[in-house]
Amino acid sequence: MAKLTLPCDEATIRKLKVGDFVELSGRVITGRDSAHHWLIHDFRKEVAPFLKDSVIYHVGPVVKKHEDGHYTFVAAGPTTSAREEPYQADVIGKYGLRGVIGKGGMGTKTLEGLKKYGAVYLHAVGGTAQVLAEAIKEVQQVFQLAEFGVPEALWVIRVENFPVVVTMDSHGNSLHAEVEKSSKAKLEQLLGLTS
Amino acid sequence: MLTREQWTEKFVEVIAHASSQLPPDVLEALKRGRDAEEPGSLAAKALDSILTNVEMAKGNWQPICQDTGTPLVWIHHPVGMSTRMLTAAFEEAVRQATAKQLLRPNAVDTLTDKNTGHGQGPGIPTVHCEEWDSPDAEVRVILKGGGCENCGAQYSLPNAKLKADRNLDGVRRCILDAIAQAQGKGCAPGIIGACFGGDRGSGFVESKRQLLRRLDDHNPVPELDTMERDVLDQGNQLGIGPMGFGGKTTVLGVKVGNLARLPASYFVSVSYMCWANRRAGARITPKGEVQWLN
Repeated sequence: MAKLTLPCDEATIRKLKVGDFVELSGRVITGRDSAHHWLIHDFRKEVAPFLKDSVIYHVGPVVKKHEDGHYTFVAAGPTTSAREEPYQADVIGKYGLRGVIGKGGMGTKTLEGLKKYGAVYLHAVGGTAQVLAEAIKEVQQVFQLAEFGVPEALWVIRVENFPVVVTMDSHGNSLHAEVEKSSKAKLEQLLGLTS
Repeated sequence: MLTREQWTEKFVEVIAHASSQLPPDVLEALKRGRDAEEPGSLAAKALDSILTNVEMAKGNWQPICQDTGTPLVWIHHPVGMSTRMLTAAFEEAVRQATAKQLLRPNAVDTLTDKNTGHGQGPGIPTVHCEEWDSPDAEVRVILKGGGCENCGAQYSLPNAKLKADRNLDGVRRCILDAIAQAQGKGCAPGIIGACFGGDRGSGFVESKRQLLRRLDDHNPVPELDTMERDVLDQGNQLGIGPMGFGGKTTVLGVKVGNLARLPASYFVSVSYMCWANRRAGARITPKGEVQWLN
């Protein structure tokens, strides 16, 4: 299992290949639907330093606010990344992200973006909200909480040995594209649709 | 007779079970899937992680998945009980469960785009009440997340692209297509609830009600039982695998129901449920004694 400390540089990311298991440690920022829309429609300089050379995690966590005001993540597995497909490549380019954590994979526009800017798609196991919350050691800061609500806010977190698999790399390879191609060929065969 | 507040207390307990305790038949199906995958493969590792997560959630009474979904609720109640009271009691239970982090604040006002913050809003939860002859009440809940809900599909037959005519073979073709279209995005290995017949609304409701069934049960209609087994087998031949990583475990179960249809319509409604089929049920006596179902 490879270890990756965030933030990191482009050369480190370029070494990662589809199928690699990686444990992430360091600073990560969360963001999903509202966040991507918000990030793309202006340059958000207050969050830009947290995105630069780090990764954005597609997640809508369950969060506990403690009496002294600090937050912890109670449950925090990945959400479906495909919804960010229209925005992701541009967000990566605009803010200098080195990767995305999510589930379900993304499409060709994002794959091109990963190649162009030197970034990877890191797949966390969907639904494993307890395993992944345990790897989130600290909530450091939050942006847009009042505006977007708990699931959609941008949470700055510190992770330790957060387990992911590279399913789209910076060289144009996508496990999702491969599986989609082979499974749809099998579907055509099962339904007798092949000419 | 329980008061509305007492019903709310019972319903919070049912939500806690649904959110944190995966039903044993689903757990068994996941273990069988893990054992069938190549050791060391991405598929096996994903299932290992899922199994660890299920145990952690169970032990800590914490949400299995952070997307605690839409609570889909079916209540059978004795003659004469107020369905407005039961619905209001369940809505309050959702707010209380959200405050306890058993649920995520999961309701967004679609005009203002603001999260209501307490988990409840028009249409969330969806509560179906039905009167029956027993003095007991029975409540069954599914927490259905958004990722898998987005993978649902509805077909109007005939469908030339799938060579799907208005018959059982056509239904089978639609369900398989829905599994293939979902890929790993609905958190495979998934559980399929399907319904043919009905209108566009009732068909989807019935497809979701099918998800209340245990994975190891048998459809009492022989043709549908055969179809369920065939689609399960063929769905797993697609090779999508856990999370869409590739592998042998794509679907854990297929459950199919049917409704009458209009002569002009033939809908096939498919609901995709993620592996975290958070299903809980309880039978509640007039004195408030609880018997857990599943």
